[in-house]
Order: sequence, then C-alpha cells, then structure tokens
Amino acid sequence: MGLLSKKDAKLITDPLADNNPITIQVLGICSALAITAELKASIVMSISVLFVLGVGNVVISLMRNIIPSKIRIIVQLIVVAALVIIVDQVLKAFAYELSKTLSVFVGLIITNCIIMGRFEAFALGNGPWRSFLDGIGNALGYAVILIIVGFFRELLGSGTLLGFKVLGDPIEKTGLYAIGYENNGFMLLSPMALIVVGIIIWVQRSRNTALIED
Amino acid sequence: MGLKQNLHNLKEKYKGKKIAPLFNGFHTFLYLPNETTHGGTHIKAADDLKRTMNTVIMALVPCLLFGMFNAGYQHHLATGEVERITGFFSGNFWNLSNLWIGAIKVLPLVIVSYVVGLAIEFVFCIIKGHEIEEGYLVTGMLVPLIVPVDLPLWMLAVAVAFGVVIGKEVFGGTGMNILNPALTIRAFLFFAYPTWMSGDKVWVHDAVNRAGTADAISGETILGSYAQNQEVAYTMFEKFFGFIPGSVGETSAFLILLGAAFLIFTKIGSWRIIVSTFFGAAVMGLIFNAVASNGIITDTSKFYGLMSAPWYDHLIIGGLAFGAVYMATDPVTASQTNKGKIIYGFLIGFISIMIRVFNPAYPEGVFLAILLMNVFAPTIDHYVVQGNVKKRLKRLQAKTA
Repeated sequence: MGLLSKKDAKLITDPLADNNPITIQVLGICSALAITAELKASIVMSISVLFVLGVGNVVISLMRNIIPSKIRIIVQLIVVAALVIIVDQVLKAFAYELSKTLSVFVGLIITNCIIMGRFEAFALGNGPWRSFLDGIGNALGYAVILIIVGFFRELLGSGTLLGFKVLGDPIEKTGLYAIGYENNGFMLLSPMALIVVGIIIWVQRSRNTALIED
Repeated sequence: MGLKQNLHNLKEKYKGKKIAPLFNGFHTFLYLPNETTHGGTHIKAADDLKRTMNTVIMALVPCLLFGMFNAGYQHHLATGEVERITGFFSGNFWNLSNLWIGAIKVLPLVIVSYVVGLAIEFVFCIIKGHEIEEGYLVTGMLVPLIVPVDLPLWMLAVAVAFGVVIGKEVFGGTGMNILNPALTIRAFLFFAYPTWMSGDKVWVHDAVNRAGTADAISGETILGSYAQNQEVAYTMFEKFFGFIPGSVGETSAFLILLGAAFLIFTKIGSWRIIVSTFFGAAVMGLIFNAVASNGIITDTSKFYGLMSAPWYDHLIIGGLAFGAVYMATDPVTASQTNKGKIIYGFLIGFISIMIRVFNPAYPEGVFLAILLMNVFAPTIDHYVVQGNVKKRLKRLQAKTA
C-alpha cells in the first residue's frame, strides 16, 4: 500500500472481516433487519451511513479537544443529526420513491449504534485522517453485510435483483417459474434477515475459529 | 457373509475416519452391535433413544394410513365419484382407489422428508465427528402428516433443510434444540409459501389444479368455513373419526386419541401435557362461547363464526389433537417438571384457540402456540424449581426456628 501506511490500511480492512461492526460487534442490527428486503435500499442505506460516519468521524475528531466530556454525547448527537438531515433531504429531493421505502430508517441512522460507537471509541481519541479511515472502514464493513443480506433476501424473496427479474416472471410463468419455482415469502419478513445475518456469523466464525467467544 | 458382517467389516475398515459414524449408525439401527458387553452387572434399560423414537412412530402409523385413505376419499368425494359415508367401515372409504391416490401423494412426502432430513443429519455428524443421532426419525414421520397433501416436494425439501439446520443443528443437534423441528418446518412453509399452506384449495388433492376450470372442486376445511361464518356441513361422526379435509394425518381425532393412549401406556408421552392442553383449549373455547352467546359480539363480527363454534368442536377439528398428542409432548422442547408440564400444556391449548379465532389470515394456530410455548418452557421450569426451593427453605426455617 503506497498510499496508506500498514497501520492505516488496517483501519479499513479490519472492520471488513475480523472486526465487522455487524457480525462481530453486533451493532447496527436494527437497520440491517429492517431495510434489507431490497438490494437497492441496502445499497442506499450503506452509502448514507458511509457519508454520515466518514464525515461525522472527521468533525468529531477535529472538535475532540474542545468538547467538554460531560456533554460530549449531546454534541455527538447534534453532529450526527445534522448529517442525517442532509442525507434525508438529498434523498427526498433526488430519490423520492426510495426515501419512502427507507421511511424512518434514514432518520434512525442517528441512533445507529455503529456511529455513536465509532465516535466514542475512535474519533474522540484520534486525529482526523485516521478517524476518517476508521469511519470509512466501519461503514464499508456495515455495507458488506447489508448488501449480502439484501442480495439474498431480494433474490429469494422477490426473484429480482435491483428490480430486474433475474429469475423470470412469476405471473407470466417464465424462467424458473415455468418449472414450478415460487418466491419464498418468508425472505421478505424481518425474522429471516436475522437468520441470514446469523448464517453469515456462523460461516465467518467457522472459517476463523479465533473469533469464537468462550 | 450377511449384511451385518459387511457393516461390521466396513466399520472396522473406516475406524477413526470421518465417515465411520455413517456405518456405525446403520449397524446399530439394524442389528445388535458385536461389541456389547456380556455378563457382569450394568444398568439395563430397554427404552433408549431409538426405542423411544420407534414407539412414537408406531403410534403415528395409524394416522399415516388413515391419512392416505382420506386423501383419496376427499378427492373422490369432491369430484362426486363417491357418496358421503355414514359408517366407520364403509367401503366408500376403505378401498384401493382411495389408497392409491393417498399412496402416490403421501409416500413421496414421507420419502422426501426422510431423505433430505437424514442426509443433513449424516453430513453434520460427519463434520462434527460424532455418532449419528436418531433425532430425525420421529420428525421425518411427523412432517408429512402436518402438511397439505398437494404440497410441492421441492418446497418440502427446502423447508426440511431449513428446519433441521436452523431449528436443530445450529443449537447442537438432537436434544439441544429449543424449538420442535417438525413445527419449525411447518412454520417455515407457512410463512414462505402461504398460498400452498392455507386457503380453501390446498387441502384436497387436485383442487389447486382445477381452480378456475369447469371441474373446480372445493377443499375448504371446517375451520375455514367457521372463519367465514358459513354453515358447517359435517356431522359430529365425520369430525371425530376424521372423514374431513385437512393436513394429511391430523384429521382423525379418534386415531390420534388411540395413539395418545398408546403413548401414555408406554410412558413415552406425558399425560399431563396431553390432558392439560385439551383442558386449556376447552377453557378458551368456553370463554369464546360465552362471549358469543351473551351478545358481546354479534354475528356481523368476522370472529363470530369461530367464537360461536361449540367448544368441543375446537378440540376435535383442526390440528389441536395432533399437536397436543405428538408435538407438545416432545420431551426435548417441553417443560421438564411435572407442575411445569401442566402449565405448559394448559397455555398451549389456551393460546391455540385464541390464535385460531383471532388470526385474520388463517384460522389455525396450534403450531404457532406450541412454538411459542417451546420458547417459554425453560422459563416455566425455572420458576417451578425456584418455587419449590422457596417452599423448602420456608419449611427449613420453620423447623429450625
């Protein structure tokens, strides 16, 4: 890595696998369950969190020496809230349909544990460049899981990917549907998202047994 | 050289290899192993896991056979080829053409259920390197009995794979599962493919294919008719002996009660759970009857049909009897303490009827109620044990004071 030192590169690569915010730290589960029925929503959610966490980490890191520690949570909340409102307004202006699909969950990025967690655990104690990398890394780790879950839920639940009918048309009975295949309605329900996340955790921990607790 | 010796030789050959449990499992399933101890004193008990499982399967066989005949009978009745029967031993029911339809529809369900389920068990025991667990023997027989007769086989295969892996193997295999695997499979089917698991078409063979044509036949269950405030056209005799549409093996309350007597006699099934489940359902049924007859709701309400159904009807139609006898009594997922079993059973019956009446999409709730109580069974046990500890502490204090 010419651009990043080894230590900095680790900030980005670690959360992608062995310190993933969703599968290892088990943070940000709510949104991973709620909006992953469609791949598109997962991707937009990931980008939103990427923006909020990347910028937010830098802002908090810049202010870290002037925030009184007694009111730091409030300050952090204000920063996240401001960023989330920006995201929300942009979505409403340019992707209105999608913002309706995501509904309150854009607003709820404010309460996404990953964001407050990274502010508290990292940005308050590190410089802006490293904080930026950490924010990007964690948001990407979150995005990877969201996109995997969204991919399987949309493919098996609706038979589409990003809205394209990849498995054929269920009403016209083309493609796979011609031989009797049917969409799995369970995949569209939130409990199945939890099970898919569980399966990802299972696969990850059986590949790397060092991650298994006790 | 017989099969037994062959299996033994294979076992010796692959000893220590990962595949070994496979041959071990077949060997002990079919024969007495060569290396049992002879003479000396050790604990002798006939009812090991395999014996227990086989007993339950024996209790299920009448339901399976009846289910096959019934599948054919319901089909022929709906198409108008046979008359409604009035006696239990009627030739309109016990004939080969009924059995033939039953066999070609039900046996594939049994085979798919066993092949997929046991294959997954084998794979997991080879990965984990332990002996084959017999846990799937009963589940594999229960599953075909609690699904509609026309369920596509690939759906059953997907559901069985899901139920065995997510319902059982991730918790550590047989004996470690929280939820009843057979009901996990049914719940998966219900939520994943609702069009194949509910409605007025799926319960009679061929009704789905004929929908919308001139030969259309109805496959409405009694609960379905109640839910739509329609008259129920079946006599008490038909309801009790099970000459009604429904899932494959759960229609005959009579045969299920025979199975229950057998399970209680062999001490495999807990009479406390069975009796208290029926009791809980009867209590809920009586409450609803009182609500309906006192005019708290009127016949314009969409719950009126199910609420005003006589309470004893609730006990013999739908899956309540089957659930109470074969599902709720699963020793792994039920409560373990005697007092806990009574509470557990009562709540299953009570909640079953409540869900059945209030479920807007599907007038049945036994499998949901049992799954819910499976989750609470350890909690019930915990409080029963704590209650007992407290009682004894009090007694001790009274003595020492």
